[in-house]
This record gives sequence, C-alpha cells and structure tokens, in this order.
Amino acid sequence: MTGRGDSAEQEWVDDHAGPVVRPYAVTGGRARPVTGTFDLISLVTSTRTDVGSESGLGPEHVAIVGLCQRILSVAEIAAHLDLPVGTVRVLLGDLAARSLVQVREPRATTAGLPDEHVFEAVINGLRAL
Amino acid sequence: MDYGRSERPAGAAPLPTAIKILIAGGFGVGKTTMVGAVSETRPLRTEEVLTETGIGIDDLSGIEEKSTTTVAMDFGRITISDDLVLYLFGTPGQDRFWFVWDELALGALGAVVLADTRRLADCFPSIDYFEGRGTPFVVAVNCFEGAKQFRLDEVQAALDLDPDVPVVLCDARERESAKEVLITLLEHAMKLREARRRAAED
Repeated sequence: MTGRGDSAEQEWVDDHAGPVVRPYAVTGGRARPVTGTFDLISLVTSTRTDVGSESGLGPEHVAIVGLCQRILSVAEIAAHLDLPVGTVRVLLGDLAARSLVQVREPRATTAGLPDEHVFEAVINGLRAL
Repeated sequence: MDYGRSERPAGAAPLPTAIKILIAGGFGVGKTTMVGAVSETRPLRTEEVLTETGIGIDDLSGIEEKSTTTVAMDFGRITISDDLVLYLFGTPGQDRFWFVWDELALGALGAVVLADTRRLADCFPSIDYFEGRGTPFVVAVNCFEGAKQFRLDEVQAALDLDPDVPVVLCDARERESAKEVLITLLEHAMKLREARRRAAED
C-alpha cells in the first residue's frame, strides 16, 4: 500500500488504484474493526440522531450515523457510501465501541436452517407482495 | 450477538432479523434482473476488496507485495415484516471467488440457480457447489426469447439433478415469476429441513 519501489508504484497508477487507496485511508490503515464481526446482513441502526459534537469521528462515521436513522444492513451501508464492505466494518466497529450504533447479527448461522415459522413468514410475506 | 445498545432508549422495538437467499448461475443469465424484479428498490452493489491469494478476506495487513482484486455483488431487499428482512444476493460469477460464496452461503435459507438452456453448462458449477454444501436449491430456467424450449424433465436429466430438486420455468424480469421461484425454493427448503430432522431422529 505504500508504493515502495518501482513495481509497487506501477501497480497504483492504473485505473483500479483509487478505490483501494481511499478506503484504506478512511480507516486510518486499519483492516479490522475494534469490536464486532458485522456480517453482510447484520442490521444496524443509529442510537443518536446527531453526532456532530463527537470528537474523533470522520465524515464517513457521521455519514453512517445519518444513513442508519433507518435500519440498514452492512451491505446496504457499503453500497450507499460506495465503500468496500471491509472498510465499512472497521467504521462500524468504531461506532459500536462508542455505542453510537446498535447492531443485530443475523440469526445463528451455525445452527443450520432456521425454524419452520421463519420459512412460513417469508412465504406469506412474498405472497402478500 | 447484540452489542452497542447502551444508548438505545428503553422500550424501543428490537431490531428485525435479516435472512438471505442467493441467486446463482452463469454470467449474463439474469441474476441481477431477478434480484431487481422482486426487490423493493433497484439492486444495490457492494464490493469486497480481496488480496490476490484470496486468503484472509479484508485483511489488508502486509499487502505491499500483493495485488488486490474487487469482487462485486448485486443485492436487493424485501421487508417481510417488522421483524424479518429478506436479502437477495446475486453471487459473483467467477469460479475463483468461491470463498466469497462461502461467506454468502453461510446461513442462507437456500439458493436459486438460474439456467439458460442455450448455455446450460454455465450453471454446473453453482449446482455442484450447493450440492456439496447441502444448501437447499431450485433450478429456475430463465425463458429467454429465441431460446429453444426444453421440457423440464429434459433439463433435470441434462443437469443430472436429484429428482427431488425442483426445476421450474421463469421470466427473471417478471415480479410474479420471480416471487413464485422464491416460494418454490422456500417450500423445498422446508421439506428438506423436515426430512433432515426426521433422519437425525432415526
């Protein structure tokens, strides 16, 4: 990521360089969230309407708090901010550590298929669309 | 696991639970079209940045000597109820991104494998993947204009499918058609779940 040496530098002059460098800068070079795992479909909601007075938050943090006034998945946040999911996970970890967002992980993913009533609810929900 | 809830006002409604279904199949078969046909908004796109080796998704430490690659996934959302939100994820097409599939398939209710009879072999890798993983799936033959019409049993035989796996015709552009495919999948997944439960009891 530092562009040391000729070969590394050449890697970053093509069109694909931008989207990689910026997310990395957004997180201050961090690759993992300070807390939480954040599945693609973990649901997130802000606990506050305004975080303008909080110090140490970047514009992307503030943007997430703004977006999550309604309940959104990690994937949706990433799509709306046009940032890679990994970057959004780091930012969400910062916010969760400050209790600025509430997170609901998807139903237990290791226990196999969910209860029958979940299937029935989805089938009924789809029929009602 | 829930966390970060300390400032949530007491008595606030709990967050809904999210579930997902995967839409798989070969390149250009209509995965994103189907996601868009049945979702409440236009399909969104999310990206994972990966190292070339594919080991350690999102681990950007020590990547100076590696190139990175971006895997894009199109997805949509259907709010089922106040406490249930369904996400539909189109799977990335390239075989080298199987490890992204692993993340997507974890906890999925099931998968739709979209097939184009003009290029039936394109959906073999998806079928192999879900069979190997034990993920419930149905095959939906997207009826492209100009495509030779096959009988469903011919498709079933050509794909060498387990006779229990539903094979249906669909038009991925049509909301009602996409809904029917999803309902067929969920009913199939329920049956499978019940059969596995019984087998575990014997």
